Amino acid sequence: MALTPVQPQTPAFTAGMSALAGGFAGIFVGTANGSTGLGLAIGAVLLGALGFIFSALYKQEKPARWGVLALFVILGVAMAGIPGAVMGALFGWVFGWFIFWIATGNYRSKLPPYATSGQVLWHFTFRVICGAIFVFLITPILVVMPLSFNAEDFFTFTPEMLQFKAEGYSLKHYRDFFTNDDWQQALWNSVAIAPAATVLSVGFGTLAAIGLSQPHVPFRRAIMAILISPMIVPLIISAAGMYFFYSRIGLQGTYVGVVLAHAALGIPFVIITVTATLVGFDRSLTRAAANMGADPVTTFFKVQMPLILPGVISGGLFAFITSFDEVVVVLFVGSAGQKTLPWQMFTGLREQISPTILAVATILVVISIALLTTVEMLRRRSERLRGMSPS
Amino acid sequence: MSDTAKSGPVLAADGTPLKRSLARALRMQKMRALMLIAPLLIFVLVTFILPIADMLFRSVENQIVSDTLPRTVVALEDWDATSGETPGEAVFKAMAADLQEAAAAKIHTRVGSRLNYETPGISSLFRKAGRKVKKWDVEGDGPFKEMFLEVDDGWGDPDVWRTIQTYSPRLTNGYFLNAADMQKGPDGPEMRPENERIYWVLFQRTLFMSLVITASCILLGYPVAWILANLPSRTANLLMILVLLPFWTSLLVRTSAWKVMLQQQGVINDTLVWLGLVADDARLVMINNQFGTIVAMTHILLPFMILPMYSVMQTINPSYLRAAKSLGATNWTAFWRVYFPQSVPGIGAGSILVFILAIGYYITPELVGGTKGVFISNRIAFHISSSLNWGLAAALGTILLVVVLILYWAYDKIVGIDNVKLG
Repeated sequence: MALTPVQPQTPAFTAGMSALAGGFAGIFVGTANGSTGLGLAIGAVLLGALGFIFSALYKQEKPARWGVLALFVILGVAMAGIPGAVMGALFGWVFGWFIFWIATGNYRSKLPPYATSGQVLWHFTFRVICGAIFVFLITPILVVMPLSFNAEDFFTFTPEMLQFKAEGYSLKHYRDFFTNDDWQQALWNSVAIAPAATVLSVGFGTLAAIGLSQPHVPFRRAIMAILISPMIVPLIISAAGMYFFYSRIGLQGTYVGVVLAHAALGIPFVIITVTATLVGFDRSLTRAAANMGADPVTTFFKVQMPLILPGVISGGLFAFITSFDEVVVVLFVGSAGQKTLPWQMFTGLREQISPTILAVATILVVISIALLTTVEMLRRRSERLRGMSPS
Repeated sequence: MSDTAKSGPVLAADGTPLKRSLARALRMQKMRALMLIAPLLIFVLVTFILPIADMLFRSVENQIVSDTLPRTVVALEDWDATSGETPGEAVFKAMAADLQEAAAAKIHTRVGSRLNYETPGISSLFRKAGRKVKKWDVEGDGPFKEMFLEVDDGWGDPDVWRTIQTYSPRLTNGYFLNAADMQKGPDGPEMRPENERIYWVLFQRTLFMSLVITASCILLGYPVAWILANLPSRTANLLMILVLLPFWTSLLVRTSAWKVMLQQQGVINDTLVWLGLVADDARLVMINNQFGTIVAMTHILLPFMILPMYSVMQTINPSYLRAAKSLGATNWTAFWRVYFPQSVPGIGAGSILVFILAIGYYITPELVGGTKGVFISNRIAFHISSSLNWGLAAALGTILLVVVLILYWAYDKIVGIDNVKLG
């Protein structure tokens, strides 16, 4: 990377680029305040001037960036009070960084020295596009969190929330979740069903995965296809079939029925993760154990199990989250007595819309962050154990 | 050595021929592997495959008519449906006897509502006749034809009897015809009138919207997968979290988030109004239509596209691209002729996965789809829980299942089921 010479850009270039950025931001600020053209002009002139000053006359980066930040905060306060100040700080920080990034020529430092201007432009346009897609991926999940602290029964940001006033926020939706009988019943049902289903699918699934990874398995492909099928068959079809069949044999509307159905849905995940772990398992270890006099059961628990444990646990977590999040099958196979958390959310979203759903959603997001972290850590540990460098 | 001079098969330590001994060992291994797999296989067969098979059977099952009205079915065999005349007294007498038994067991309304799926109006005929027939003396009274006509003129309609006759066999293709917008006419299957063809429209919409969702997933997923595969691994791992977090977040959470975002009083509309891009009285309608379903489902299924693409792109050697450029290719040519063809397997794997998942989606269309954005699965759910026409639900499900299984087979051919990766 040091190959690329980093040279300061000409003041005119810096001023031009800054003016472009300023004009673009100015369009939005201007439209929000009534005049698009004026916003564009003011933004372009302001940023162009700042860019020119900093690249031609004033080379001190740190104080200059703080100065820009302060200027924009003051502008923001003048225009829209406290929310304006937050927006202003954001704009100021970005612009300060942007001007010096252009002026010092740092933007080229990570690119090959022979890249043309067009290539540089495309490189950063592409980054911006990718950034927008990442924003698309993550925004819906982030938006839910602050909204769940809404003091009103609205699904949107109230003016009080935008002005960061304390009375705009409250914990009342969380209080509702923890005191409302419907939600508590649903929570307990979920907590009762998911672990039972997980134990079933992990128990059967791990055994079968070990069987499937033996060198000689007849009909391996067909068996694999059957075992993976619960993941592929659309949930509504699984739900319909299970509903018809379980009501024939009297399991419809019972706890056992729901657990069996969820266990079947979780099995593919266990099979996939555990067989993936077993691919790297050194079979000579079990032979060595047998050689030293261990019987197959001891070998399994003392040698094989500790090595494949990360895969088994992450398979179990997948199975758990499958059952914990599942709504279609439980909607049909369960009855009111097995109402789970997702079911309650589903009816809540369809019938009586209450922001308690957002509080529940936030709690669930926190749980999934915890699960995701665990699975990632297990994956790395498993790769370390198998002698691969964690990627 | 003297041993080598001996002719005959090579022997194992216990004196059996080595070949047989090896075969036995192999058989043992196979047996052990199957023994380990057997519990799960039986479990999946009982809890999952059997229910699916049961559903397939239900889509052609039609025992209710012949079980509830056994005498009538026999009596009707001689009647010529094309004659345009009401059947004779014998049929009505048989019907009276059957109905009396059925009404005593309180199952006459069930067969009525079953036949009502085919010819509307029959349900009420059966209900009315069921009330009266309890008081009749099947042996002594008569003539039954007049008595039935007295209960309701509808009994004189040959169409009613034709429907009973058509649905007396124990197996029927009626549900499938219904699911394909067809009906049984006097001369075999025929298409329903244009304005009654609802399932064809639904299937078309399901396929079209799944294709749009798959295409937008490719469009959004490709750049992300590319940048993840080409950044230094530390940065890529951090960005990967942004892909995996939605993947791990509950489906209901993401759907409710989109409901919050897309509503008319929602976050996106509020922002647009605040920015002045949209007038306050002309807020965009983005939910309860196809747009809402497509946006929400693209977001939900995007990780399933990015992950397979990423794992394929990771294996593409970046020096190929540099080599192409050093040989004089422009940026675009280098990408299109060198990089893109190598990334096609990833696109294929991701597309089939996303398409399979999209085509059977139920929850998200139900919540953000309104009436114009619902899929065939919503119709199946409706028939199971509201209209209780289970046979039709099973037939629609079977058609959907066949489509998915064909795609599953293609996925297996292209990617291999063993190569499915999670996270």
